[in-house]
Amino acid sequence: MMTTAYKSKDLATMYFIVATVLFGAQLLMGLIGAVQFLYPEFLFEIFDFSVARTVHINALVVWMLYAMIGSVYFLLPDETGIETVGIELGKLGFYVLTVAITVVVLVYVFIQIGPAAESTIWLINEGREYLEAPRWADIGIVVVVLIFVYNVYATAIKGERTGIVTVLMADLLALAGLYLAGMFFVDNISVDQFWWWWVIHLWVEATWEVFVGGLAAYGLIKMLGASRQVVEMWLWVEVAMLFGSGILGLGHHYFWIGTPEYWWEIGALFSALEPLPLVAMFVHVIYDWGKQAGKNGSNTINNRPAFAWFVMNAFGNFLGAGIWGFFHTLPQVNIYTHGTQFTNAHGHLAFFGAYATILIGMFYLNLQSKNGIERMRSTFNSKMAISLISFGVMGMTIALTVAGYGQVLVERAQMGATWDAFFISQQAQWFVQGMGWRLAMGIVTIVGFVYLAIDLLSISKVNHEKV
Amino acid sequence: MSNKIVSVWTDNNFWKRSAAWITGFSAILLIWLTFDTLGQITQGTDTDMQKDAKGLYFSKRIPSATVINYKIGYEYSDKRGHEVPTINGKEKFFGRDDYSEEEAAALLHLGKLGSQAKNCMNCHTLLGNGAYYAPDLTKAWLDPKWKLMMAITQKKTREEAMAEFLQHPSKYPTHSRRMPNLDITAAEAKGLVAFLKHMSAIDTNGFPRNFGKKDITLRERSAK
Repeated sequence: MMTTAYKSKDLATMYFIVATVLFGAQLLMGLIGAVQFLYPEFLFEIFDFSVARTVHINALVVWMLYAMIGSVYFLLPDETGIETVGIELGKLGFYVLTVAITVVVLVYVFIQIGPAAESTIWLINEGREYLEAPRWADIGIVVVVLIFVYNVYATAIKGERTGIVTVLMADLLALAGLYLAGMFFVDNISVDQFWWWWVIHLWVEATWEVFVGGLAAYGLIKMLGASRQVVEMWLWVEVAMLFGSGILGLGHHYFWIGTPEYWWEIGALFSALEPLPLVAMFVHVIYDWGKQAGKNGSNTINNRPAFAWFVMNAFGNFLGAGIWGFFHTLPQVNIYTHGTQFTNAHGHLAFFGAYATILIGMFYLNLQSKNGIERMRSTFNSKMAISLISFGVMGMTIALTVAGYGQVLVERAQMGATWDAFFISQQAQWFVQGMGWRLAMGIVTIVGFVYLAIDLLSISKVNHEKV
Repeated sequence: MSNKIVSVWTDNNFWKRSAAWITGFSAILLIWLTFDTLGQITQGTDTDMQKDAKGLYFSKRIPSATVINYKIGYEYSDKRGHEVPTINGKEKFFGRDDYSEEEAAALLHLGKLGSQAKNCMNCHTLLGNGAYYAPDLTKAWLDPKWKLMMAITQKKTREEAMAEFLQHPSKYPTHSRRMPNLDITAAEAKGLVAFLKHMSAIDTNGFPRNFGKKDITLRERSAK
């Protein structure tokens, strides 16, 4: 039974469209940065690396937040059985947020930096990685997110409150509240980075992961017809494991920023446990897939492109966040790898594997529902998109890991992390070749994105089984 | 939904309660540790600094801004098992070594604001966090490179060379990857140098390791 009449799902579509555009912008900015690593005169003093990088990571965070909000508006009517409460307010929030983000990006691109004054922090750029958005925009984001959280709570209270909705309610409140920890200025850089990590870490290594657990649970029920009781039981196990390891795993960011030594032990222990729930999530998806396969003949999966991205998520989350994170999470290793291309390699595969994949899966679920398609098949474009994007990101990750090895051994282990040590490592053959391959694999990723965009625009016109 | 409970291990309520307890317990532990850590990373005072100056080590993890009046080192400590910042008597900073707590704090404030307003963190890392396009700035004040840069910028002191470089970075390329001009004024540059000097005195548990212990530039070496 497809439910296309909900306004909540139309609002989801609006969020998904902006998310896809921002995803494209993210890749374009990444391309500029990757070129500058090899040809540093490219756009020098016009559109410097710092500008490209700011937009690259902000577009990343914002497209994912858009896709997450869209996902909630999409699944809420299915889970609660009713139309979302406050949908008009939600629409207003969408327009306010989109206008605000457009202004923020234009300021990043054309004004870039300001004088060393509070006014720059308020109007141009806060200059803190990932949280660059100026303070006025922070306040706007909080207001819009409050509307969103209100809508979710009001709907859940009025309609049916499933396990998935209960998890999302708790998770979204924490996610929104944590943003406040990144909204003040201090002179003490250790205090600054202490709270900064509250936002970044407790988002991407705790609340976002739980959110993904909720989406995976919803998707398995929706696409495979998996048993809600089994899926929700797994979800609660995952929440326990994710928060149990992720909250204190925050300690692995407190090794070297001026904070006390006891974070070595706490951070090492709990962050080393962080991969476990990711293994559990992976096993769970594969288990449900196997359990349901063949139940309704060969047509168990009713949305093949979405399911492929969900499986990619289970795999990529484990590999990118779990394995690549574990590689350098122990302080004995991290004292050398902290802040090198190693971190960069992990960042690329983790954000892609843990978040991009499942959110793209949600785009396909939305297209299926919007067009009343009972069984959505993969097209040639769907397959090219998932293959090229995954291969591209994996390729970038391996290239950056190789470059990272070169950098760590030369700059950190051998030469002691100075200005000269840094640049000598950047000229090392392993490093330069790694950066070359990263650029090539980045281009593969972009080609994959073009296939994805074409597919999202055209897949619903292909001959699927209609309701 | 089936309500048949085979065992506690397949009981959703058991797992729901477990998740709530584990999350609550972790959160409370984190909040408790946060209070302890914030106490330990509160900036020290000038009084602490004057006491510390009689010995070698800082008593505070994050010293007072008046650290700019002193000579800072980074030495291996047998007790700690890694390098720690050291205090080695007075040192002039832009010609003075008597900055009051207010004056020094004002410079640090300007420098910290500047570090954000100029978006340093999206090329450099600070305390190891940021982007990976340019060198880590944690101990930049102590970088042996400034000796060479003093000659290149024709300045007599390290702080003047740093301030000159920050104001006209693309004029002094040291690598094909140059730092762009960021419209940094003389006053802002002074603040930024104070900020960098203060950061080099933060106790980072030995990060980065062996900093500047190999005072090499390969070019200089191979020239010998």
